[in-house]
Amino acid sequence: MDHIGGAALRNFKYFSPTTLGEAIRLMADQGISTKILAGGTDILVQLRSDRFQVDRLIDVKNIPEMNELSYSTTDGLLLGAAVPCYKIYEHNDVREMYSGVVDAAFIIGGIQIQGRATIGGNLCNASPSADAIPSLVVLSAICLIEGPNGRRELAVEEFCTGPGKNALAPGEILVALRFPPTVASSGAHYLRFIPRNEMDIAVAGVGAWVSLDEKTHRVKQARIALSAVGPTPIFAKEASEILSGLDPNEESFELAAQAAQKAASPIDDMRGTVRQRVHLVGVLTKRALRKAVNRAKES
Amino acid sequence: MNNMEASKFEKLRFVGSRPIRHDGLEKVTGQARYGADISFPQMLYGKILRSPYAHARIKSIDFSRALALEGVQAVVTSSDFPKPWLTDETGIDSKLINIKFSSNNVLAGEKVLYKGHAVAGVAASNAYIAEKALDLIDVSYEILPPILDVMQAIKVNAGIIHEGMFPYPESGLIASEFNSSLISNSTLDMSNHHQGDDSKYSNIAGYYIQEIGDIDKGFMDADVVVEREYNTGSVHQGYIEPHSATAIWNRDGKVTIWCSSQGHFGMRDQTAEVVGIPASDIKVIPMEIGGGFGGKTTVYLEPVVAMLSKKTGRPVKITMTRQEVFEGTGPTLGSYMKVKIGATKDGMITAAQALLAYEAGAFPGSPVNMGAQCIFAPYDIPNGKVEGFDILVNKPKVAAYRAPGAPAAAFAGETVIDELSCKLNIDPLLFRLKNSAKEGTRRISGPVFPRIGFLETVEASRIHPHYLSDFGGPNRGRGVAAGFWFNGSGPSSVIVNANADGTVSLIEGSPDIGGTRVAVAMHVAEVLGIPIADVHPSIGDTDSIGFTSMTGGSSVAFKTGWAAYQAAQDLKAQMIERASDIWDVEAGEVNLKDGKFNHSTNQDLQMDFKELAGMLNATGGPIVGRAAINPGGAGAAISVHIVDVEVDPETGKLTILRYTVVQDVGKAIHPDYVEGQMQGGAVQGIGWALNEEYIFDKEGVIKNPTFLDYRMPTSLDLPMIDTHIVEVNNPGHPYGVRGVGEVPIVPPMAAIANAINSAVGIRMNTLPMSPPVLLEALWANNGAGKVYGD
Repeated sequence: MDHIGGAALRNFKYFSPTTLGEAIRLMADQGISTKILAGGTDILVQLRSDRFQVDRLIDVKNIPEMNELSYSTTDGLLLGAAVPCYKIYEHNDVREMYSGVVDAAFIIGGIQIQGRATIGGNLCNASPSADAIPSLVVLSAICLIEGPNGRRELAVEEFCTGPGKNALAPGEILVALRFPPTVASSGAHYLRFIPRNEMDIAVAGVGAWVSLDEKTHRVKQARIALSAVGPTPIFAKEASEILSGLDPNEESFELAAQAAQKAASPIDDMRGTVRQRVHLVGVLTKRALRKAVNRAKES
Repeated sequence: MNNMEASKFEKLRFVGSRPIRHDGLEKVTGQARYGADISFPQMLYGKILRSPYAHARIKSIDFSRALALEGVQAVVTSSDFPKPWLTDETGIDSKLINIKFSSNNVLAGEKVLYKGHAVAGVAASNAYIAEKALDLIDVSYEILPPILDVMQAIKVNAGIIHEGMFPYPESGLIASEFNSSLISNSTLDMSNHHQGDDSKYSNIAGYYIQEIGDIDKGFMDADVVVEREYNTGSVHQGYIEPHSATAIWNRDGKVTIWCSSQGHFGMRDQTAEVVGIPASDIKVIPMEIGGGFGGKTTVYLEPVVAMLSKKTGRPVKITMTRQEVFEGTGPTLGSYMKVKIGATKDGMITAAQALLAYEAGAFPGSPVNMGAQCIFAPYDIPNGKVEGFDILVNKPKVAAYRAPGAPAAAFAGETVIDELSCKLNIDPLLFRLKNSAKEGTRRISGPVFPRIGFLETVEASRIHPHYLSDFGGPNRGRGVAAGFWFNGSGPSSVIVNANADGTVSLIEGSPDIGGTRVAVAMHVAEVLGIPIADVHPSIGDTDSIGFTSMTGGSSVAFKTGWAAYQAAQDLKAQMIERASDIWDVEAGEVNLKDGKFNHSTNQDLQMDFKELAGMLNATGGPIVGRAAINPGGAGAAISVHIVDVEVDPETGKLTILRYTVVQDVGKAIHPDYVEGQMQGGAVQGIGWALNEEYIFDKEGVIKNPTFLDYRMPTSLDLPMIDTHIVEVNNPGHPYGVRGVGEVPIVPPMAAIANAINSAVGIRMNTLPMSPPVLLEALWANNGAGKVYGD
């Protein structure tokens, strides 16, 4: 064992299965604390800081289904849970059609972190301040889950159940995320507020998606989601619905912003105050909507 | 470059060039060995048990369960260390009180005085076991209420941090001074301080005062007076390399320690004091240092690893985690300050007054006296009064941080200067120019300035393209501020050996933090006329080179540069002597020019440096040049910073658009490293201004002991920091050097605060000026940002 200045990383068993079935079997062993290792950018830090310990880490980077990244006009986008961020923003179709996901992939950690960190991992980590989750929610992503009892699907907004807690049952693995095909005249944007320009945890974050009526240019449908202002990322339903049928202008954005502020339930902590966070939800909702609408008009 | 006066150094061959540093390759290839890169067979790994409380009495420590754990070799606590300050069962020898403070900071004595205060050290066969053993040490604490800032520390019944140590008579005088020194309406009230249970003692550990002229008359002569209060929080030096120390205590009582520090002689002497053995029994071997900024000038781990090695007979190593660095090593001070300056309508300062109350942390010794001497130093103040208070709080003992004491003071002083110049409608640089201190100006603290470059630096700033450029636009603004730093000197020793191949090995005692190996070597190259690459610098251990004071106070290029200059002169004189022996001529007839020895009249007598060096062993033996000096005349440094900012009025986030550092450096030996210091200082100041802060909860626990939430600026938060070197040569150094490392951290906070006012019309008086703080200030100022000039 080499000495390190940091807290010691304790021993665990490392597995690197090449099939999903093998991974699920390893996950299902009773009485052994097991975690998935995708990019490792959260779990290694957590293990090192002694937040929890595991007996077993299962590296899923060699499982084909979890590394898939494909787009088709009929099925939409399939994003394997182990695909690192850089592959997402370097993928032409994703860049063009799912810019909201790209926005998130581009600001998670720094550029080195993005070489490893995964959107699936960001979701499973279920941090209230996760940068990827609002984009997944507004783009109506579906979680594809597989476990000892077979497959199931779950809407992303139902996946996080509390700080660091998710809807996966023991033995279950998030295999991939599926996004519906993009519709014409639609666009999305995610942005967050951080005190610096990188390497920070969001004080507040807002993702927005809009689709515009091609004739009237009014909002057909909108979805708004918030991060870092509640125990889980929040789908702001009322703020989303309020925009339907309205002209996408400052007035309607203000209505949505106010509704989003109502949906927020932040706490005071060292990263921000309640007052600041509620205020930021309003500011960021408007900024996210402006850019999403611009993207919709350009699409 | 902007030479304001004809330089006598124009003909220098190497000084002023930008060669590759000698230690560059091994550092960029990862071969250089830092504090933690040392390892020995049979080495034990240590860990430190730290206090979970900010203030508590230690009732008992029972480490028997830890010792019983397999693999644990030894545990040490303060009871293992000598206590020379105890005169009898209860008495304390006040002359030795500083040893008690050093010792008790290394391992807590009767009380723990801050969260993270070291309580015990464990040595085990590996780090996991050592860590596990910490959980098996049972410490019984009596928890006491923590005292977390200056205001709380001076309150009635606040509790006394060092019982029996700062008694009433002295602090009573101090307290009355504290009251009388209040300029007006202060929130500081000491009037009832000495009532209640703690009536015999105080948390005020020191008081300083300096006065010049008649302060009351000065304010009466003023047409405009500005008076403001300030609060600043604790910030950490943020060096990238955590502390690490390894020791072997041999059976013969001789101790060897490997550590990275800003001064291995200081580490040796402090360790000797705490472990109670002669300094000559300790050898400290300096490792490369990954940043210090003042924070690696005191011992934390060294006495502990030494004592653990004594107990076990094996090498012991301890390396801190980042959290331990934040919680257990010196940050710089938090402060309460009050500043009042008066000026006439035409912009002449008539009086200046300041009260600085600095947090010392858990033990006395904040740099408030230095802050007090720096705050008005750039100006000619006819009537002035500055008072400083050193106040104990339950936070880590403050350590030096780049121009210790000056940055907080300048934040207060330079924002008042800015407000005055705004009120008088005088350009802020012109205002500074009108009141500039110059050669012959008497400072409030007493000394008269020799030649300094404040005028030249302000003039260079006024005509800098940055200052002449347009910064307009909504929510944009520009700020300027000046900074002063004394610069230091100290004992320094250098040895230069002429090698047979014509190279010269240079041994110095100054750890190289900012590129000083090459700067010091350049002095030797200049004197001898040999290529810089042929001078091979290294840092000697405490047994291999004469005493050298620490790398701090911006002193190395000055003192060790000078020592190298003198050692090279010694080498040169001896080599000339040898050449004259070989040629059988008078030494006075032999010269060394551009690396060649020649005879003043006989042109056949010529020899280059290498040729003579190759003959030394056969012609009388090797030649060693030496110098051991403690030079005076370290010229003071002045810096003016110009910054353009944009404030997002919706979020309170500030963007630095453009930043320029103008600084009198005396003479830039190696301009790359001079500019690097100017940029680095500015960046640390920007961090201090914007986001860096210790966040304490009400129990005194630091909530953000990580680089994630202790937010230093990253490269993405900064523009390129532009530098402009002014060279007003220091007459006290062979090549005109002034120290450059510290002064650039002095102006940034004030410059940015002044720029915020320019952008949105708000005077900030707290640090950091982080987004939530600025947002609240914007709201208090009725929300929307206003356009500059409104």
